[in-house]
Amino acid sequence: MSQKATGPMIDDTDRRLINATEEGLPLCPKPYHALAGELDLSADEVMDRMRAMLDNGIIRRIAAVPNHYKLGYTANGMSVWDVPDAVISLAGAKVGALDFVSHCYHRPRHMPEWPFNLFAMVHGHDRNEIEEKVETISEVLGPWDGGHRVLYSTRILKKTGFRLVA
Amino acid sequence: MDDMDRRIINELQDGFPVTERPYAEAAKQLQMDEDELIERIGKLCKDGTLNRFGPMFNAENLGGAVTLAAIRAPENRFDEITDMVNAHPEVSQNYAREDDLNMWFVIATETPGRLSKVIAEIEYETGLEVFDMPKIEEFYVGLRFAV
Repeated sequence: MSQKATGPMIDDTDRRLINATEEGLPLCPKPYHALAGELDLSADEVMDRMRAMLDNGIIRRIAAVPNHYKLGYTANGMSVWDVPDAVISLAGAKVGALDFVSHCYHRPRHMPEWPFNLFAMVHGHDRNEIEEKVETISEVLGPWDGGHRVLYSTRILKKTGFRLVA
Repeated sequence: MDDMDRRIINELQDGFPVTERPYAEAAKQLQMDEDELIERIGKLCKDGTLNRFGPMFNAENLGGAVTLAAIRAPENRFDEITDMVNAHPEVSQNYAREDDLNMWFVIATETPGRLSKVIAEIEYETGLEVFDMPKIEEFYVGLRFAV
């Protein structure tokens, strides 16, 4: 299943809310009231819609998003694992729960060149730290670790911010 | 960045309430004033310690389609291939990685059908096979950058 054809329904008002908060939440004592004023809605409607979007996963969470480079986490390695398909969901749940893994996905293998089906992004202050953390993942997987690799990023070739799909 | 800033960053990565006075609530947890919390978040955004503060959207749940793709770009054509891949507005991120598969990029389109077209276009333009690796399952992650 490569894609989701239909997500939860959002309407024009949701889109306006998304656009209005793309840069961030207003920094004032009553931010949802401020959005309401800007969009000509009631504050209750803004809060109800924000809660609904949190519930259906359109908003993952409302939170501070740190710049990890600025915080000293300058190394990142994409670790890829060959895990038996029968246990992939359990294995993914265990690896994702580790506090140094920022993304964890089951992705398709491309045999014979690419036997890896579990991806876990690992962040650290340097490569040694990443290697240690990858070793921890290997221990967590135990016999399910049928081989792994770490792909270090050497250069960002392109990076664009979030854009609302029209 | 002082201790108070660190506590704010650690605490507010987890979530922020949807209530009438959310900053006042969060400030109470952090044992500081509402005004001070607002001011410090603004400062942390301005100096780049925080990329942003607000809702984190899940693009896929907005009806679009996303995949992770990789290609083997020969070293002597690496820059040329970078330009070809990056020229597609649907390519939102692209990273050089140390591997046989040395270029990894994210393709995000408004519709699922468009995704396969972009992949076919890149294969045609570069003459290289694109390894399409869409997520099959996403696992919950507990990562917080402790500071």
